[in-house]
Amino acid sequence: MATKNAEAHAAVAKKYEWGFATDIEQDFAPKGLNEDTVRYISAKKNEPEWMLDWRLKAFRVWQTLEAPDWAKLNVPPIDYQDAYYYAEPKVKKTIASLDELDPEIRRTYEKLGIPIAEQEVLAGVEGARKVAVDAVFDSVSVATTFRAELKAAGVIFLSISEAIREYPELVKKWLGKVVPQRDNYFATLNSAVFSDGTFVYVPKGVRCPMELSTYFRINAENTGQFERTLIVADEGAYVSYLEGCTAPMRDENQLHAAVVELVAMDDAEIKYSTVQNWYPGDENGVGGIYNFVTKRALCQGRNSKVSWTQVETGSAITWKYPSCVLAGDGSVGEFYSVAVTNNRQQADTGTKMIHLGKNTKSTIVSKGISAGRSDNTYRGLVRVAASAENVRNFTQCDSLLLSDQCGAHTVPYIEVKNPSAQIEHEATTSKISEDQLFYAMSRGLDAEAAVALIVNGFAREVLQQLPMEFAVEAQKLLGISLEGSVG
Amino acid sequence: MLKIENLHAEIDGKEILKGLSLEVNAGEIHAIMGPNGAGKSTLGYVLGGRPGYEVTEGSITFNGEDLLEKEPHERAAAGVFLGFQYPVEIPGVSNVQFLRESLNAQRTSRGEKPLSGAEFLKLARAQADALGLQQDMLKRPVNVGFSGGEKKRNEMVQMGIIDPAFAILDETDSGLDIDALRIVGDGINRIMRQPTKAVLLITHYQRLLDYVQPDRVHVLADGRITRSGGPELAHELERQGYAEVAA
Repeated sequence: MATKNAEAHAAVAKKYEWGFATDIEQDFAPKGLNEDTVRYISAKKNEPEWMLDWRLKAFRVWQTLEAPDWAKLNVPPIDYQDAYYYAEPKVKKTIASLDELDPEIRRTYEKLGIPIAEQEVLAGVEGARKVAVDAVFDSVSVATTFRAELKAAGVIFLSISEAIREYPELVKKWLGKVVPQRDNYFATLNSAVFSDGTFVYVPKGVRCPMELSTYFRINAENTGQFERTLIVADEGAYVSYLEGCTAPMRDENQLHAAVVELVAMDDAEIKYSTVQNWYPGDENGVGGIYNFVTKRALCQGRNSKVSWTQVETGSAITWKYPSCVLAGDGSVGEFYSVAVTNNRQQADTGTKMIHLGKNTKSTIVSKGISAGRSDNTYRGLVRVAASAENVRNFTQCDSLLLSDQCGAHTVPYIEVKNPSAQIEHEATTSKISEDQLFYAMSRGLDAEAAVALIVNGFAREVLQQLPMEFAVEAQKLLGISLEGSVG
Repeated sequence: MLKIENLHAEIDGKEILKGLSLEVNAGEIHAIMGPNGAGKSTLGYVLGGRPGYEVTEGSITFNGEDLLEKEPHERAAAGVFLGFQYPVEIPGVSNVQFLRESLNAQRTSRGEKPLSGAEFLKLARAQADALGLQQDMLKRPVNVGFSGGEKKRNEMVQMGIIDPAFAILDETDSGLDIDALRIVGDGINRIMRQPTKAVLLITHYQRLLDYVQPDRVHVLADGRITRSGGPELAHELERQGYAEVAA
């Protein structure tokens, strides 16, 4: 049996090349979840009293809540007492320069292709812009690059733990304002036990001089990752932010419950891109990350704009609806998504566009690709408040099926309380065509390359929204995620 | 070069090719003519390796190798090109990307060095020019929004870029106006009329053969070659019809 497992792992390992584990000494919180766990995390982070109180309040609310079950997901019961809520590599707490970073951790990121040295560009991409990286390893941020250069431009880019200590007023002002503590089961849990994440503040009129990114890595066994990201773009500011994530292959499921809050003031713009590649489990559905994420943007200011782009290929279960609250008049929300599910993966993902301000606009483009025995659901809400005049929304949901045992579902919710709104919804579902496959193969592509090409074409509208550095990676990832799904 | 012996093939259990034999040597262009439903397109698909077309008897060898054992992409790498009667649209994938990936996949499997982006573009532009296809068509998604004639010309651009040893052209002349027919005919001669290459032209009509002079003409009827002859056979067919000649 052990040999069989090892063989199966080796086979999957070829497809999930980020599945290695890093052997490093770590400090864990005691297993399980109670008020002491919350206090432990807060103490580890040297947090001020107000932060601990905020966490405890959330924890008490969480104890009264039940996990949501409205999504089209089959979620096995999660034993919240059988997990670690904090894992920290045993390394020097504060490092003066990146050279002091633990070599094992450095090697991990090198293997993942993440530049945590301040090199000019991501490996192998010509002409790319500089990218500043915040590297989060299990529960802590281990490195943040280009800080000095960003600081000179007035941009604050650091881990949220540091921000709580160094910029308490800014954090206090916005934390939990976009995603309230009691928003939903997983967001409330995150509010109690969030460990690390990224804080970004771009001041008035500043165009952030480089791409900012956070790379999340779950390494430790039986450990949940609960990161918290808060990005505030002040009047007329612009920032483009990328996040990537991977995890080792493990037989047990691990929970990832993140909260991301974005705030855009007058004329500000935030572009938020995700390439989610958590370990998806093996072909029989053993192992994999449970990805329950709450992401929301508040377009507070007039003519502000938030654009979400996501490429979701990983995780055993994905539950995620990056949303925009379009409060400011003339504000714009965009959601571009590619979600791929293969084998036994389940994804229920989409967006909410809440139109409160006048002349607000939203665009939703969702491309779902299902293979194997997976289930892929688009779930999206477009809501127009009575006060919101002249709202426009365009939604397009396309599903591509690669097998006859997978499912694709589209669940749009449209609630319009103002008659001046123009709402368009288009949806298509198609099977990958044998004509296309044979045509591509007769030109010289093998079955997998042909599928990858056709799928990339299908997802192109979304992929071209990604910054160039990520688009290349995402294209490869789509092909890899679907290996073995045809033929 | 290509040797087909006693080929029987079926789709969904229905026999379409019923003992077809044919030999094409390097340096030759053969035309296959015949009425609708005779099995002409089936022959093209069987040579290309389309799934669902099952060979129940007989053999096909290409340069001495068993072609039937190869996957479609392996046949392409071995030098076989199939020009489609109905070229397929691939939304979101540009012609350039499609052909560069295809060509480089072939080259890699033959142990040749893949072409760089610049090398490939130079080649693609030259071929598009030679076939009078607008340069911007190279950047557009494969066959999407192309007219019937543009699709067929695009097939010829692909053939020029891939530069195969053997081409099966399935009704490449259908949907072409007189000018386009001449351009496509010139393209076939330019790319394929060489001592080391050969072509199998599948067509209904004589008119393409005015531009591409075949060495041999075969009549395919009810799954078999019923008559073979020189170029004059095509004229005879045009005058008298298939019913008369094929019987």
